[in-house]
Amino acid sequence: MRRPHEPAPLALATPAPPGAEVRPAIAHVGVVPARRPARPWGLLALSAGVAVVLVAPLVFLLIEAHGAGTSTILHLVFRSLTASLLWNTVRLTLVVTVLCAVIGTAAAWFVERTDLPGRPVWAVLVVVPLAIPDFVVSFGWASLSTWVQGFRGAVLVMTLAVYPLVYLPVAASLRNADPGQEEVARSLGAGRLATFWRITIGQARTAILGGCLLVALVLLAEYGAFEILSYQTFTTEIFTEFNVSFNIPTAAALSLVLVLLSFVVLAGEGLARGRGRVSRSGPLAQRVAPRRRLGRWTPAVLIGFTVLVGLALGVPVGASIYWILESGHGYLTGVSLLDSAWHTALYSATAAALATMMALPVALLAVRHRGRAYQLLERSTYLVLAIPGLVIAFALAYFSERYANGFLYQSAPLLVLAYAILFFPLALVGVRASLAQAPPGLEEIARSLGRRRLAVLWRVTLPLVAPGLAAAFSLVFLSAVTELTATLILIPTGVQTLATQFWAYQQNLAYGQAAPFALAIIAIAALPSFLLGRFFDRLPARTAAAT
Amino acid sequence: MQPHDRDAAIPRPMYRLTARRALCPLLALAAIAAAVLLLAACGGASPSKGTLILYNGQHEQTTDALVAGFEKTTGINVEVRNDDEDTLADEIVTEGSNSPADVIYTENSPALEYLQSKGLLAPVAASTLARTPSRWNSPQGDWVGVSARVSVLIYNPSLISAGQLPTKVSELADPKYNGKLAFAAGETDFQPIVTSYARTYGQAAALKWLEGIKADAGSHVYPDNETIADEVNRGAVAFGVVNQYYWYRMRAELGASGVHSKIAYFAPHDPGYVLDISGAGILESSTHKTAAQRFLAFLLSKQGQEIIAHSISFEYPIDDGVNTVAPETPFDQLQPNPITIPQLGDGSTAIALLREAGLL
Repeated sequence: MRRPHEPAPLALATPAPPGAEVRPAIAHVGVVPARRPARPWGLLALSAGVAVVLVAPLVFLLIEAHGAGTSTILHLVFRSLTASLLWNTVRLTLVVTVLCAVIGTAAAWFVERTDLPGRPVWAVLVVVPLAIPDFVVSFGWASLSTWVQGFRGAVLVMTLAVYPLVYLPVAASLRNADPGQEEVARSLGAGRLATFWRITIGQARTAILGGCLLVALVLLAEYGAFEILSYQTFTTEIFTEFNVSFNIPTAAALSLVLVLLSFVVLAGEGLARGRGRVSRSGPLAQRVAPRRRLGRWTPAVLIGFTVLVGLALGVPVGASIYWILESGHGYLTGVSLLDSAWHTALYSATAAALATMMALPVALLAVRHRGRAYQLLERSTYLVLAIPGLVIAFALAYFSERYANGFLYQSAPLLVLAYAILFFPLALVGVRASLAQAPPGLEEIARSLGRRRLAVLWRVTLPLVAPGLAAAFSLVFLSAVTELTATLILIPTGVQTLATQFWAYQQNLAYGQAAPFALAIIAIAALPSFLLGRFFDRLPARTAAAT
Repeated sequence: MQPHDRDAAIPRPMYRLTARRALCPLLALAAIAAAVLLLAACGGASPSKGTLILYNGQHEQTTDALVAGFEKTTGINVEVRNDDEDTLADEIVTEGSNSPADVIYTENSPALEYLQSKGLLAPVAASTLARTPSRWNSPQGDWVGVSARVSVLIYNPSLISAGQLPTKVSELADPKYNGKLAFAAGETDFQPIVTSYARTYGQAAALKWLEGIKADAGSHVYPDNETIADEVNRGAVAFGVVNQYYWYRMRAELGASGVHSKIAYFAPHDPGYVLDISGAGILESSTHKTAAQRFLAFLLSKQGQEIIAHSISFEYPIDDGVNTVAPETPFDQLQPNPITIPQLGDGSTAIALLREAGLL
């Protein structure tokens, strides 16, 4: 991730040798002035407001865990089950993250750097699995075969469900990486493999790590898939505490362990990212990397892609269609597909708009202003991604009850707020990427021409980052469409979303009735993921890496 | 550098955007947000005054049929909120005096006993309580028993014969069932069996038994009874502990041709042969207590009990004047363990034991 206060390396220059820092060669539009700007009070206030909202679930956890008492918590945390949960959670996170890194990177390399036939089609097909809720993927697999269960089932299902989170940034990074560096390495006598490993992968490293970070955090908070696959992790245990033993304090204590785990993940990503940085000679020197000819390997790679898409996309969709055809009679009554689809779209679109608006000040602060505190503020928002939706829902219920007399509880606005909190980091990723790319010089010129700050924001900055806002919107939208656990708690009584109705049917083994809802979720979420693919498709490496 | 390279490198679309054109999507976004929030606020506002809110932990199909019958008979509108009964109980505790719920309807007594112990339930009308044998009601009269079911074994005859099945729940811990047994430790239906076992054999023995069945089940500790029924039926595991109606519901869903499993009862009065009571209570915080009382009265009316008997929920109506078709063994011929509602309690003993055994 490029440090926010570094000048955007925008310059005319020849390709740089690997690892070398390239300094801008000419005066340019894109460099932050050296003087320290005035403190951005307005932005700070807005960002602090957002941070307070995001921190609320953590405060709830601390209050509740405190209520349980230290001895109870110690007893709960230091017991044999914790060890096995920890082992389950950690090994799954490690294995799936590594698999996603390999599959995502390999797929991105083949699509971006080789003459693979049908590249534009593959570029879309490998992203669409992001639109399929993990619990639908599990449902598809689990309903077809008893083999898919426990650890192996969880690894298979989760890898297929989340590898696009690595693919997207890596593909963008590979597309825009400086081909000159590879050529220099080769000309200096490095072998193909060495060049690939040290230069190609090296250039994509920040993108790979950024994707892995998202994958790991998402895995920590996953529930629905593991419930179907009968795999126990910290999150499933937290749900058990809520569902079985009327014990919110112990659930809160366990959630805090989960928060600690995500600290470890964040720190690990920070360490792995290291101090080294990758530079390129800037967009003006960009050449498109020559595509490698696959030659006789073409059929093998094509088969590989077919298998990947078949497993990730074909199985859940196929299983859903199979179940629709297979079971003719349904005993359960539920809301209609259209009604639940309408509510799903309504809540998700509102939440996506809200999260995008919340992300804007935080991204502006982190990208446009110096300071460790701003960066810390920005990075801390990632923690939310690892807190299970159920916990966030209970936190909002708690605050609504305790301090607002139940105001808005089980109403649409609170549900929308819960979505916005849950998926805020994803919105930030999108907005930040675009903002880092927009040259601050243009804003300064506007300011120097006498425009006020707000006018500049409105007339210059926002239009510049519009694609990023659209990406943020899409990412939050498709995540909210597939959200289940917070929805179950906060949804207005009598209303169903596609996800809750699917879950109700699936829980009652009414697969035939559940399946159309799964297909509808995929259909609604597929469009934004297609748009996302297009967004990252155009994004230069430098900014994609910043995600 | 060649000219076309330079062109390609400038991220043209972004610089080209005029402010006005770029603002269109933004304005649209803001407009959508505002409009939708407004809409959501209106659409999601609390239901109209006369509406009863039911927190439902019972199976949806039973409740849906009952609600439809009640609405038709009384003209009172009912909004149903479905979730696990314990999550609903947690929600009610979190909501406190602001709880939107009027009535809670659960599959098992412990969730109701828990709410009762927190003082969150209001007394049920005596005339309604009188329709259920008093041993199946709240001892304090704060909730009423509505229907019942018993714990049984579900087995796949191609994997284990009826003769090889245990007849006592204590035998489940026998190492000979290693890899054959399935159970759902986190399922509320399982806790009464643990409570019953501990009452009969003592806590220490219960813990040892739990460790034994945990070892036997291995990876077949499932999240719920539906999964057990499904997995046994598919042949993923030989047999499991469930409540009897899960098998009937599965048969209804899959059709007779899709059923490859059978059910077997425990020996009479065995601690594993537990009768579970599904019941309903009225929230102390409810502002619609009269309508709520009518709903409970309806559940226990002939009409309500007939709906339970003929829905595909396959539970026993608590009124023994109403006969069921599907569970072949008539209600009055069941021979469950004599454990009582207060002895089953709020399930905390079972939870402590399950936790100690590392199952929760």
